Amino acid sequence: MFSYGQEIELPKGLENLSPMVTSSTEDEGLPFDLSGSLDARIGARLQNDAHEKDMSVGEIRFQLGVEKEFDHVTFNLVSDFIYDPVEDHYAVDLEKGMGFVDIREANMTFSPLDFMDMKVGRQVLTWGTGDLIFINDLFPKDWNSFFIGRDDEYLKSPSDAIKTAFFISDYSLDVIYIPRFDADRFIDGRRISFFDRMTGGLRGREAPVISHRPDQWFTDDELALRLYHSFGAFETAVYYYDGYWKSPAGQNIVTGQAEFPRLRTYGASVRGPVGQGIGAVEIGYYKSANGAATNPLVRNDEFRLLLSYEQEIANELTASVQYYLERKLDYDSYLASLPPQAIQDKQNRHLFTLRLTKLLMQQNLRLTLFNFYSPSDKDGYLRLKASYKIRDNLKIEAGANIFYGQKIYSFFGQFKDNSNIFTALHYEF
Amino acid sequence: MKNMMKIILVLSFLWSFPAYAIDVMEVVKNANHVSYYKGSDGRAKVNMSIFDDQGRERSREFVILRKDDEQMDDAVQKFFVYFNKPADVKKMVFMVVKNMDRDDDRWLYLPALDLVKRIAASDERTSFVGSNFYYEDVSGRGIEEDTHELVEENDTYYIVKSTPKNKAAVEFSTYKNWIHKATFLPIKTEYYDDQGQKIRSYTALKVEVISGHPTVTSSSMEDHKTGGKTVMSYSDVKYDIGLPDDIFTERYLRKAPREYLR
Repeated sequence: MFSYGQEIELPKGLENLSPMVTSSTEDEGLPFDLSGSLDARIGARLQNDAHEKDMSVGEIRFQLGVEKEFDHVTFNLVSDFIYDPVEDHYAVDLEKGMGFVDIREANMTFSPLDFMDMKVGRQVLTWGTGDLIFINDLFPKDWNSFFIGRDDEYLKSPSDAIKTAFFISDYSLDVIYIPRFDADRFIDGRRISFFDRMTGGLRGREAPVISHRPDQWFTDDELALRLYHSFGAFETAVYYYDGYWKSPAGQNIVTGQAEFPRLRTYGASVRGPVGQGIGAVEIGYYKSANGAATNPLVRNDEFRLLLSYEQEIANELTASVQYYLERKLDYDSYLASLPPQAIQDKQNRHLFTLRLTKLLMQQNLRLTLFNFYSPSDKDGYLRLKASYKIRDNLKIEAGANIFYGQKIYSFFGQFKDNSNIFTALHYEF
Repeated sequence: MKNMMKIILVLSFLWSFPAYAIDVMEVVKNANHVSYYKGSDGRAKVNMSIFDDQGRERSREFVILRKDDEQMDDAVQKFFVYFNKPADVKKMVFMVVKNMDRDDDRWLYLPALDLVKRIAASDERTSFVGSNFYYEDVSGRGIEEDTHELVEENDTYYIVKSTPKNKAAVEFSTYKNWIHKATFLPIKTEYYDDQGQKIRSYTALKVEVISGHPTVTSSSMEDHKTGGKTVMSYSDVKYDIGLPDDIFTERYLRKAPREYLR
């Protein structure tokens, strides 16, 4: 069976073992690190939406990243330049992420003390255990990008923040101060139509949401804390946030403008190996603005829970499931405060998610399915994506965002007319 | 009395095996040590060229930092893999704690999202970053996972045949390792299927001495079924650089430890 006698050639260098010759070829490149990408993306609604264009996305996005390291500080700048005839709005608003320039990162990183790291400036922030579900991560999200099929990185929009991280023995504490409130790039009708409970109908680009965002420096600020520690392979964290609902969760009865009521949250999470996979639990208590319980225009206090589990179930095939609960805590007062005939939300919103990721063709082809399904709302949202790397730096992808539901006003059901497919070509350097 | 007879019988069988000068476990242990545990820590810059059956090439470039647990020899290790190329994974970090008694712990840091993701320890015998090397080839296969047999010995090599204890967990039926006598470096490894067909082979292409440790600085892995091949080259290899323990924590996933990555 085996040919034991086969001749095995000695590798180079083994016959006369010699020390490694250190080559002194220094990279004589740019004095800073440069990277970037070019992304062309086009997508269309699968049905007519009276409130939006047929094209859900159509843009060319050029991203440029520059990083410069000095002895004790690193500067980082990442900016997108966008040609977007669907949005067709080029005046720049860096806060709202509108216009032809969107600065994603502009920050400096340094360590003033050996147990302390700081990152100051525009940055993307993430923490928590959820997969596309966030309880204690109250950093801004871009739900429009998420729903129209931009790259996953655009779900997170940047914060203008001072992040200070302390590392004392085995405990770590992140303190994030945002001197002026950074809201989500929420669904306002410009890109995605939605159900307006005031008018009882769908609403889109003909009448985008006008919001009044808290915008006073140092008074309309946000503070987010995370203290974390590992017990063996289990990572635990407690969280605190003091700021505002990130997407409108209230309305000014006089002006009719959407508002961002005050919000404070307390939470905790644990994540670690369970069976053959990774399991996590995360909870959060959302304390809404004073008087929220009896004010139908302001979102209730809530308890939130997330259970998740991920495991590789076959070769290059990973599955993950999540259960998420959103529970109104002053439900009776909420019901009592509603005007007659108003839509009544249930006390509990249950949501299940399933993710399947399959890699094929030497990991050059990636197929992803992600489904949200809510048995309480009887609605859901299916995300499909296939991406293939033609070369190391060139990727083609196609996908779909399908919303479904029985009721026109439910969380995902309201977006039914926005179901879309998209395709993109993505080049990186 | 019956038991005594059994023992004598077993002993006489053992006696009848060819008497090699060295115990096979000794060879395997040494080979494992020189392949994966040189020094108490180490770093290397790694270039991978991945060729498909058409000869089309893809490449990967990363820096790998390694630190061994001081509690026990040749056991728990931590790895920090920082990617430079290709562009879509630039600045991404993959961190592994290799455990002896349970699945490895793995993390992935995605810089664009500032996301630290815990990943379910996958099958050790799946492709590492799309190459023909498996995770297990990069971090080492537990020597207790196979039974080893010294099948031949010549002037240069110990030739060891290894058979997995849990056949269901692997894609091969046996493998054979040519272990260089003077250095204990595995020079060639061939994996066979149930029919004895060669399905995969590893070849050490270049060896250099670094801080007194003979080190394979270039190697290849060929998949004979798909015709794919990966060549992996190490440069800027260093041992005993005094890596602090906390490099392998969330702090440095989010803030790359530049002095060790250059």
